[in-house]
Parts: sequence; structure tokens; C-alpha cells
Amino acid sequence: MAFLIIDRRQQGKQKSAVNRQRFLKRFKKHIKEAVTDAVNKRSITDMERGEEISIPKKDISEPIFHHGKGGKQRRVLPGNKEFIRGDRIDRPQGGSGGGGGEASNQGEGMDEFVFELNQQEFLDFMFEDLELPNMVRKQLKDSDSYKLVKGGYLKEGIPARLNVVQSLRGAKARRIALGGSIKREIRALKEELEALGEMASERRRELEYQLERARRRLNQIPFLDDFDLRYNNMIQQPTPTTSAVMFCLMDVSGSMTQDIKDLAKRFFVLLHLFLKRHYKKTEVVFIRHHTKADEVDEEEFFYSRETGGTVVSSALDLMKTIVQERYPTDSWNIYAAQASDGENWADDSPKCSELLVKSLLPLVQYYAYVEISSGKEQELWRAYDGITDQFPDSFAMRNVKEPADIFPVFRDLFVRKPT
Amino acid sequence: MSKLIAEGSEWTFQALEDFEREIGRIASEKYRLDTYANQIEIISSDQMMDAYSSTGMPIGYHHWSYGKQFLSTEQRYRKGQIGLAYELVINSDPCISYLMEENSMTLQALVIAHACFGHNSFFKSNYLFREWTDASAIVNYLLFARNFIAECEERHGVDTVEALLDSCHALMNLGVDRFRRPRPISPEEEKERQKEREDYLQRQVNDLWRTIPKTEREQDEGHSRFPPEPQENLLYFVEKNAPLLEPWEREIVRIVRKIAVYYYPQRQTKVMNEGWATFWHYNLMNDLYDEGLITEGTILEFLQSHTNVVYQPEYDSPYYSGINPYTLGFAVFSDIRRVCENPTEEDKRLCPEYAGADWLDTVHHAMANYKDESFILQYLTPQVIRDLKLFAIMDDDADSAISVTAIHDDYGYRKLREELADQHNLSKQEADIQVWEVALRGDRSMTLRHNQRDRIPLDDDDTKETLKHLHHLWRFDVHLESQRGENLHRVYHCTDEKVWIDAESGSETD
Repeated sequence: MAFLIIDRRQQGKQKSAVNRQRFLKRFKKHIKEAVTDAVNKRSITDMERGEEISIPKKDISEPIFHHGKGGKQRRVLPGNKEFIRGDRIDRPQGGSGGGGGEASNQGEGMDEFVFELNQQEFLDFMFEDLELPNMVRKQLKDSDSYKLVKGGYLKEGIPARLNVVQSLRGAKARRIALGGSIKREIRALKEELEALGEMASERRRELEYQLERARRRLNQIPFLDDFDLRYNNMIQQPTPTTSAVMFCLMDVSGSMTQDIKDLAKRFFVLLHLFLKRHYKKTEVVFIRHHTKADEVDEEEFFYSRETGGTVVSSALDLMKTIVQERYPTDSWNIYAAQASDGENWADDSPKCSELLVKSLLPLVQYYAYVEISSGKEQELWRAYDGITDQFPDSFAMRNVKEPADIFPVFRDLFVRKPT
Repeated sequence: MSKLIAEGSEWTFQALEDFEREIGRIASEKYRLDTYANQIEIISSDQMMDAYSSTGMPIGYHHWSYGKQFLSTEQRYRKGQIGLAYELVINSDPCISYLMEENSMTLQALVIAHACFGHNSFFKSNYLFREWTDASAIVNYLLFARNFIAECEERHGVDTVEALLDSCHALMNLGVDRFRRPRPISPEEEKERQKEREDYLQRQVNDLWRTIPKTEREQDEGHSRFPPEPQENLLYFVEKNAPLLEPWEREIVRIVRKIAVYYYPQRQTKVMNEGWATFWHYNLMNDLYDEGLITEGTILEFLQSHTNVVYQPEYDSPYYSGINPYTLGFAVFSDIRRVCENPTEEDKRLCPEYAGADWLDTVHHAMANYKDESFILQYLTPQVIRDLKLFAIMDDDADSAISVTAIHDDYGYRKLREELADQHNLSKQEADIQVWEVALRGDRSMTLRHNQRDRIPLDDDDTKETLKHLHHLWRFDVHLESQRGENLHRVYHCTDEKVWIDAESGSETD
């Protein structure tokens, strides 16, 4: 008998991908909540991972008409050991559906529908509705990198941009427009001439003269005229800068405990993930400071311990220097996030806000300040307070009290603003 | 000289081919199994999960519920809560069987015997499949369905189509004519006539809802009820009569209905189909061993798998989840063979028709002419009842305790057989709901009637939800009267604004 063996293993396994997307879309609300929860619970190092999501069974059920409880329910069961006809068995208490005869093969009292969201989907949900502040504005206004694109035709231009096809097309149209009536005239004259036959006459000479004049007029229409010429128009289109640098500024003075640093780190991690999704190239600069600021690597940034006083302006100074040296604003989108417990030398705070307003904010796309403190506003917060009003688009600050605040604050800072 | 097909646990394409050939030879020569041509497809576990989520259809239209199915399968498989089936077989011509690449060679042989010959011959010969499905057309029809639905999504939006499919799926089980054989699906005809049908249908519906006053004579006749007789095929009724559905919506209702019809035989022959396939893989594998085509190691590995397949946990086991159709079906088919070959006095008394008859003729006859319910009624012998230690219970909410009504003794055999048959009778297991009346000249509301059997009511929550779906299709008020004997027990209502229940004790609003 004819038969066929086909190896399908190499063919795509994503047959269900569309259905999966449909499902995720339908239960977006549930999934988003679960993702927010997960982000808050996650340890810092594994933000980029899928997540197990559970949705109440009730919300995703597909109802059908079916029997409920009650009435006379009959059932045949296997494995009788002790019963004889007429035995009476007490109804199992509590659990419905289980035990003595009600056992059904659907639903063992599972209340939640659980499934795994993969990493990509997880991040999609995590950053949904968020946008990089001011990106568009920055691109169109301040960006210096352009590319030339074709943009229609001009009547004037340099010979190198002459568009031959358009020019000749225009010329031909002009020739037809101008010559049409003359040609008609010629045709009429010729017909009349033919009708006259070979006979020489006054009329004939008259006609020949007119024909000659018409032909001359037709020949006078130029093949190509100045105003037929068309030149390609090239316009400059600003191109988005595809690299971003993110400055992480953190206070490591004695008042910053490991817990506070952890909170700060979470914020930085989120920001980094977010930038990575939007830009081709993302760099991170870590600046930590106590009385003096240093550029350090990630490990040292988060884990090394130092003590001392706090002079925030030192970090801002260093950032300014680094931007000027290494990250020209025309090719880099600059983001900065500062985390601190808000303590600072009293004298230093005004200096900080001045530095920000005068030197840093004009350079950066966005500057976020996160103050991690459980009490009321600290020194630095008060110093920065007025800046939000001056730079509502590029500066924001929020207070974070506990890990659960981080993600909402993050969303809050970057949420897409209605335009 | 060794005739061994293969040794070891790694399968090869050559071995699959040899197995197919050898098993096919025994199946047709020795056992007269009539099969469609086989198409064996090797797939990975990921692909198996894909196949699962589309309920085994090689091509399906897109719907979120399949995504849900996929996610839950994936989750449970990754966690090790479930294994995937070794195979999946589709009732089509050629008969497509999916084999997992992870299977060992023994398992592949088992699966070829089970699916490519067991299920395959069942699909080809059982009367329900012959009457209800057209194996050669199903794949093409599914393709037509998917393209049509994709086109609708483009034209009318994914969400609109999805809502419509949700509603159709809710009523899918009520989309078959239980007592009438349907016309087989034929996709070419389907496509050609679809356009024609759209126009024609719309005209007919419009005619039904015509508001132009009728002549007096017509009016007198018009007082007869509509539908003249209760209709059990809800989806069909909606497709033909729902006043406001667009032609493309009617076509989608029809697609869901056709697919429901395709599945209907499968839902009614679970025990027989699996039993038949298990019975044959057991016999065929043993024959391979007897002919020296497989080693002792292979047959032992096979027996181990076979034992797992037919394992029936007892009712009080934590693994119990209903009667295993593989176990029951295998036991009954094996018992038919036993009664034919070695009948006891009891068998001669109880099954005189086939005790001592030719066993192959008898099992073929049983396979071809029965469905689960009648199969159990006809062939469940006391021997099988004793082996499985079956007993019947009755949970009457008017009684203070559950009572045992029958066990495996002389008084119980007949009753157990009837009750087990009932348990596999779809028309008794599913709620008996029919279209009772449509107010043609009133508010266009539709009234359904549910006849309670043994005072078993409907599940309130799901009934209300399902009614909303019906309302979505009908677009006018929908009522469902649940009838207990002569009395109205509960009435479910669904209007544009709300869903509620009128029970004997006041009404509960949703």
C-alpha cells in the first residue's frame, strides 16, 4: 500500500504564534497587572526573563450549556472493594466534585489558569505605553545628523541634478500644446490643395504660401526650452540618533545603606532595559560620589563600600565633563538618573540646582531624580523643587519608599503623555 | 539469518518504513483491516503542542482559545505535569499520523500499529464516520474555513470576528442534528455555492421577518407556531433564521457547525476507537515478535508501555479521573475474542449470538456497526464487569446519602451495563436543550426549552454566560425554560441589558 513518511521537524514550530498573541491581547489587563507585580518582586539581576502569569479561571472560561449539581446523579465507577448493593455512603463533606462519585475529569479545583510569558513578551508588557521623553522633539529640532532624500522636482538647480526624463516629458507636452492648432491648420490646407487638383490658379498659390508659413511656424517651436528643465530636489531629513548614553549617579556616602542602594539599582536596571529597547547602541556611565565623584565600573558602583560626607555637585560636575569629552550631543541621546537618599551638605544644594539648570539640563534628553527615603523631603529634594516647573519636559523627580514603588514610579516618569 | 527490523532504541527512517510495511502486511492479510493510505509525519514536541492546541486539526482558523490551549499545554509539559501523547492521528484520506521524534523505536512501532492501522481502519469502517465525515474533503474544507475567516477579519476587524466565534463555540455542541445524517462536506461545492447561498439566505430570512400585512387567510395559517417543531440544532436554527446576521456571519456560524459535525462521531466513539486501536497494537506487536521481527527487549518495552496505556486507577485513587476509555475498550474487544474462542457456560447463556463464532468476523462487525453506547450495551459481559470491579452509585439530592445501586453480581450486571452505556451516551450526558418558540410577530424573542432528566438542573453561571452568547447571535431577547417534568423549574432570561433567573423561589438578578 502506498504510504508516505514526511519529516516535519525542520518546519516552523510557531504555528500557534498568532493564537498565542490573540490570547495575550485579550487578557492584556490581567497580564499587565501580573507583570507589574513580578517586576516588583524580581531580584535586580533577572529582569530579563519570562514570567509565570496566572489568570483566574473564571475570567477565561468558555461557557457552554451543561448540567449543574443536583437531581439524581448516577455514576459507574471501577475498583469496588467493599460495597454491596444497597450500601449507603455519606456524602463527602466540603470539597465538591471530588471523592465519592462526583469525580469529574475536568477541573480539579484549579482556580487559576497559569502560563509562561516569554522574555520578549514580558518586556513588551513591562514597557508598554512608555516612551522616551522628548525623543521626537530632540530629533527634529536639535539633531545635527541628516540624510538627503528625494523630494519632488524644482525648476531651478545645478546641471548635475537635471532630471532628463521629467524635462523631456515637459518639453513634449509643451510641443503638443503649442503645435496642435498649427498642425490642424496644415492638415486642412493640404486637403484643400489636393481637392484643387493639378490646376494652377490664384487660389492654389495662396494656399501654398499659407502652408509654407504654417510649416515655418511649426518649426519655430523649440524642441527644448528653458522652462522645460526640471531638477531633482533633495531635502535634508533629520535622522534619529540611534545611540544613547545613560548616566547613573548615586550617592555612596555613609548614609546610603545596602537596601537603599538595592532600590536605586532596580531603578537603574529598569532604565537600562528600557533604553536598550529603543536604541541600537546604549552605553552606561556609572558615577558614584561621596565628597568626591568617580567614574567606576558596575561592580564597584553597586557593591563597594565607602564612607564620608556628601557633596552632590561633585558628581554633576564630573558628568558635565564626561559629556563634553566623550558624548557630543549631536550624536548621543543623553539620559541621566540620579538616586540618593537626599542628604547633602547644606551649602552644596543650591550649587547643584544651579549646575543642573545651567549646564546639564540643556544637554540631556531627560534627567530623573529618585529620592529614596521614608520620611519627608530631604535637602536635595527641596533644592531641586523649582526645577520641575522650569523644565517640565526634561526633568522629573519622584520619591520611592519601598521596592514596590520602583516600577510604578518608573512608569510614572516615562509614561506616554497625551499630545 | 536475522529478520529483525531494527535493534536498539534509536529509530531510523528505514525502520519506520519497514515497520509500516510489515505491520501493514499482517494487518491486511491476517486481520483484514481496511485502511486509508498512511501519511506519517515526524514532528518535534513543540510541534506536537501546536497540534494539540488546534485540537488535532492540521489547519485551523485563528482564535484566542487555541492560544489558551497552547499556553496551558506548554506550561504543564514544561513542568512535567503531563507527557505529550506519542501520536496524534487525523481522520483524513490519506490518514495523517503525527509521530514524535522523542519516541523510542519501540514506541514508534507501537504508534504505527495503533494509529496508522488501528485508528485508521476505524475511521474508514465505522458507520458513524462513514456517514458523518468525508475523510477526503476535511483538509480542504478546513483550508477554506481558515481563508474565509481570515478574509472576514480583514474586512470586519479581528475583534468582531472573534466575538462571533466565541458565541458560536459556546453553542458548538448544539450544532449537530443528532437524529439525522448530515450531507457530507465538500469544499469545492462549498466555495462555489457560498456566494449564491449568501444572497439566497438573506432573502429567505427577510421573508420570514416580513412585516407587510398578510391577507386574512395567511394570517389564520400564520398563527401556527414557529418553529413548527422544536429544533435541537441551535446553530443551524440561528444560521437560517437569526434576523440580523450578515451573510458573512451566517457563513461563519456554518463553518463552526460543520466542524462540530466533523467531531461528533469522535465524541461518540471514544471508547470503541481507542479500544480498537489498542486491541490491534497489542495483537500486531505480538505477531511481529512471533515472526521474529522484533527482539525480546522490544516486546518487553512495548508491554510496559501498553500496560501504562490501559492502566485504570480505582475510584478512590488520587489518580482517578473517570473510566479510562483505553482500558474499557481494550477489555471489551479482548473479551469478544475470548467469548468467541473459549466461551464459558455463562457466555453461552448470555451471548449466544457470538459465543463460539469466528472472532475476527465478530470484532469487525462490532467495530463497524456500533457507537460507544450501543457497543457497551451489546458487548459488556459480566466477565469484564468483574475484572474492572464496576459498581454503580446514585447521588440523589433528595436523599441523605449516596446509595450503591449495583455491583458485580448477578443482580447487577444488567443494570451496570445500562448505566455505563448511559454514561457514554452523549444525548443523555449533554443537556437536552431545544428551540421551542420564536415570537415572529412579537418582540422577536427566542425561547429555548430544557428538559431536565432525573431532576438534574443546568449550571446557573455558565448557562447565563452561554445565553449571552446566544443573544449575541440572535440579537433579540432570549429565554431558556428549564422544565422539570410538567413544571417549569427555572427560567433564564437574557436581554440587551441584563441576564437573570426566575426560580421557584423568587428571582435572582445578575
